[in-house]
Amino acid sequence: MEQSLAGQTVSVDDGGYMTDSNQWNGEIAKDIAQQLGIELSEQHWAVINWLREQHAQGVEANIRKVGNSGIVNIKEFYLLFPNGPLKNASKIAGLPKPTSCL
Amino acid sequence: MNTTKTTKILILGAGTAGTIMANRLAKQRRRDWDIQIIDEQATHYYQPGFLFLPFGRITESAITRQRAGFISKKVAYTQKPIDKIVADQNKVLLTDGSELPYDVLIVATGAQIAPEETPGLLGDLWHKQIFDFYTFEGAKALRDYLKDWQGGRLVVHITEMPIKCPVAPLEFSFLADDFFKQKKLRDKVDITFVTPLTGAFTKPVASAKLGHLLEERNITVVPEFSVEHIDNAQKKLVSYDGQEVPFDLLVTVPTNKGSAAVQRSGLGDELNFIPTDHHTLQSKAYQNIFVVGDATNVPASKAGSTAHFETEILAENIARFVDGQELKPAFDGHANCFVESGNGKALLIDFGYEVEPVEGTFPFAGIGPLQLLKESRLNHLGKKLFRLIYWYILLPARPLPFITAKLQLSGKKLTKK
Repeated sequence: MEQSLAGQTVSVDDGGYMTDSNQWNGEIAKDIAQQLGIELSEQHWAVINWLREQHAQGVEANIRKVGNSGIVNIKEFYLLFPNGPLKNASKIAGLPKPTSCL
Repeated sequence: MNTTKTTKILILGAGTAGTIMANRLAKQRRRDWDIQIIDEQATHYYQPGFLFLPFGRITESAITRQRAGFISKKVAYTQKPIDKIVADQNKVLLTDGSELPYDVLIVATGAQIAPEETPGLLGDLWHKQIFDFYTFEGAKALRDYLKDWQGGRLVVHITEMPIKCPVAPLEFSFLADDFFKQKKLRDKVDITFVTPLTGAFTKPVASAKLGHLLEERNITVVPEFSVEHIDNAQKKLVSYDGQEVPFDLLVTVPTNKGSAAVQRSGLGDELNFIPTDHHTLQSKAYQNIFVVGDATNVPASKAGSTAHFETEILAENIARFVDGQELKPAFDGHANCFVESGNGKALLIDFGYEVEPVEGTFPFAGIGPLQLLKESRLNHLGKKLFRLIYWYILLPARPLPFITAKLQLSGKKLTKK
């Protein structure tokens, strides 16, 4: 389905995750973050950019990898993106919903 | 590859995956293959039995055997610890300084609990009021503690995914409910299930079904809880975002990691699992290294059934690789697990990478006799019988009738895909 974010029409899934990460830009990120009650700081952007780099390299991120990234530790990650940091950070970064392995 | 000389095939690890793999390769009777297997431990545990041991529902001797007794006489078995794989030189170093060269390496070093990953877990209460049931020692210590426990707050907890047998913590909760009911203690025990997942299970249909079973048994679920540390003095779990769950008895599944030898070899990811092709089971880094069982990073269940299905596909791919043929991308993530739900009943789930567990019949479409994702006594008998199937059919790599490595869609109530 489609949703209007920062004045642009983008495709998203049922959970509001963007399905085409090429449609993403900084304004869209700010809009999604605002809906989640998050104001993006420099540290938020560092995490978002790192997640997008990982995704571009075909690596699926998880909380442990973020903790080992050298950008934030896991505790800081939770403070930056409360209530499900990986889900919310991925959503803001215009990436698919993270899957948990079984 | 040159077929006039002997091909050295080396298997690391003689657990479920390694043992079945060795026996399957031995059955191919290729005279030019020299098959070796190495493991540091002498004892082979039937790990599904660790679920029943704490409740005194299985004996220690029923789940304990010698590894050597299950390995084909056509395979050379060594009981020694390995130091690391030197992949660029096609050899494995042992801790005693000796070396094992190989042409083809199969890594089956499994997954182990890593309680040291969570601050406070190995504190004063470890194996006193905090237990794991993923080791023989942990399950035994918990059995001895439960004998005299008079009730209080029991917390069953998953630290982080992935874990071996992802349904085991749920089964433990169901069996605990049953155990305390039989002891006439259930009204004195408060059971809480704490998980980093959004619900009882990750896949939606099974999550709803299993979540409902927890509710029926009056077991509270605390979802999306990522533990940061364990406070031994105040007996509580503390999450990264400051939530707290108090306990009197904590049964936790610690972080699961691959072998330290994999880490020393520089072949693993952040949890020491080896990046592996999802369908051929070839390692991503080296063409002549293959990975099977819990040691892989493939997004399939870390379960004995998965390991068993993988060995069938990998045995064929090893032969193809030695003969210089293209590998078959045949593994579909198939897992098949009985889920004990207490009161002499169990559910059965059958799923893969692309197909979530749903209701249906198994193994014969429309007939069964086993019911998928539904509680039944027959499923429970299946689970009990499975111990014997494990020792006498699976490990020796004898054919398992009607059960295929490829996930079957007929007989399943699929809503999409």
